[in-house]
Amino acid sequence: MKKKEVPQDKSNLESANFRELCYAVDEDGKYTTANSSGWEPKTVALNNAIEEINERIEDAKNRVQKGETSPIEYCMELHKMDVGILASYVGLWQWRVKRHFKPAVFKKLNNKTLQKYADVFEISVDKLKKLE
Amino acid sequence: MKEETIINFTHHQAAHCENGVVSNLMKHNGFSVSEPMVFGIGSGLLFCYIPFLKVNHAPVFTYRAMPGLIFKKFAKRTGVKMKREKFSNPKDAKARLDENLKKNNPVGLQVGVYNLLYFPDEYRFHFNAHNMVVYGKQGDRYLISDPVMEEVTSLSDKELEKVRFAKGAFAPKGHMYYPVSFPEKLEFEKAIVKGIKDTCKTMLAPIPIVGVNGIHTTAGMIRKWPKKKDVKTANHYLGQVVRMQEEIGTGGGGFRYIYAAFLQESAKLLNNEKLNELSKEMTEIGDLWRDFAVEASRIYKNRSAKTDSYNKVADQLDYIADLEKVFFKKLKKAV
Repeated sequence: MKKKEVPQDKSNLESANFRELCYAVDEDGKYTTANSSGWEPKTVALNNAIEEINERIEDAKNRVQKGETSPIEYCMELHKMDVGILASYVGLWQWRVKRHFKPAVFKKLNNKTLQKYADVFEISVDKLKKLE
Repeated sequence: MKEETIINFTHHQAAHCENGVVSNLMKHNGFSVSEPMVFGIGSGLLFCYIPFLKVNHAPVFTYRAMPGLIFKKFAKRTGVKMKREKFSNPKDAKARLDENLKKNNPVGLQVGVYNLLYFPDEYRFHFNAHNMVVYGKQGDRYLISDPVMEEVTSLSDKELEKVRFAKGAFAPKGHMYYPVSFPEKLEFEKAIVKGIKDTCKTMLAPIPIVGVNGIHTTAGMIRKWPKKKDVKTANHYLGQVVRMQEEIGTGGGGFRYIYAAFLQESAKLLNNEKLNELSKEMTEIGDLWRDFAVEASRIYKNRSAKTDSYNKVADQLDYIADLEKVFFKKLKKAV
């Protein structure tokens, strides 16, 4: 990549007000560095990934309303987590976390367990319950 | 009274976090070591498909060595002694950090990205292999030199604890590292040769998921996605290949440009003209990786699942793999 080819496309980096550093060759073929404000192929990939996550959140929300899953799954999606990550945050086995997705099981959860989830999601137990 | 310890530390922006931390810590200790040098000597360049693991519900590919490995190899090969610590208890982790700052010793930390508040929201995923330097404390705020950022920044006590004890794959567990002793003079020549030999060995390894073979395997997987998965999933998977290639600062070449810069610098140090030629070749290969990313992004931008277009990008990857095979064989002989 030549220095003048270092991409200067619009990207999400702008919101945090920084540009990334890239290595590129100057006119004499020598390696040097240049700042890049972003690159479209990367931005598109990132935006698609975000969109995918938003769809998952929306889907989980609908299923909570229909009584098909518990608020825990919704919050998990909201925090871009999957079952493995959530399980390691609350310190439970994955199968237990999955079981807590069942609304009937969720209703019977004791406060101690609910508190673990609430802490990870940074909300109160009441709020977690109310999401149902 | 406000507690204050600020170490006189110079922040240099880097393309990639781990190289940057090592390079900045070395510079702090009076050794001028560039980022590409760290990357090359530490054998950072890689291609690997990681089976059985899913991140963001998609398969995982990596273009660089495991977190911490670059520093480990770099230190071993240059004769720098370094200390690495992991903690089970956040309190101990904080105490050790404070102790080091008091001793005027800036330290490297491995952290999770999800709770790094100064990152743009869109970049905050559960990715646990980010690196930064802590170089001071003002009241309850830690002063942070994050190599991918243009400027230094800071995090509160609580915020820092959260990123140091992020959970999930590659959980950092408070991982802290810093050099403790240095040789009188850094022996670059031997270290460079070792670094290059190691990279050639891994890239040419006879294992289907690693190096050149790994690229071929990935190409094969890409060919199957439009047939086996629905449009969305196939697009999502392909996007992941590009996103992993495109960590911050790779400039599209999946770290190939940084490696080319390393070869160019080494050519001078070793007085080896062949490395200059190879650096040019690596730059061209980097350009091909860029072309691959552009072509792949066209597919997921248009949300198409035409088998043809998937085959086309897979062909590009196969071609890159063939070139890299020849390249690393030549590189092995050049040193």
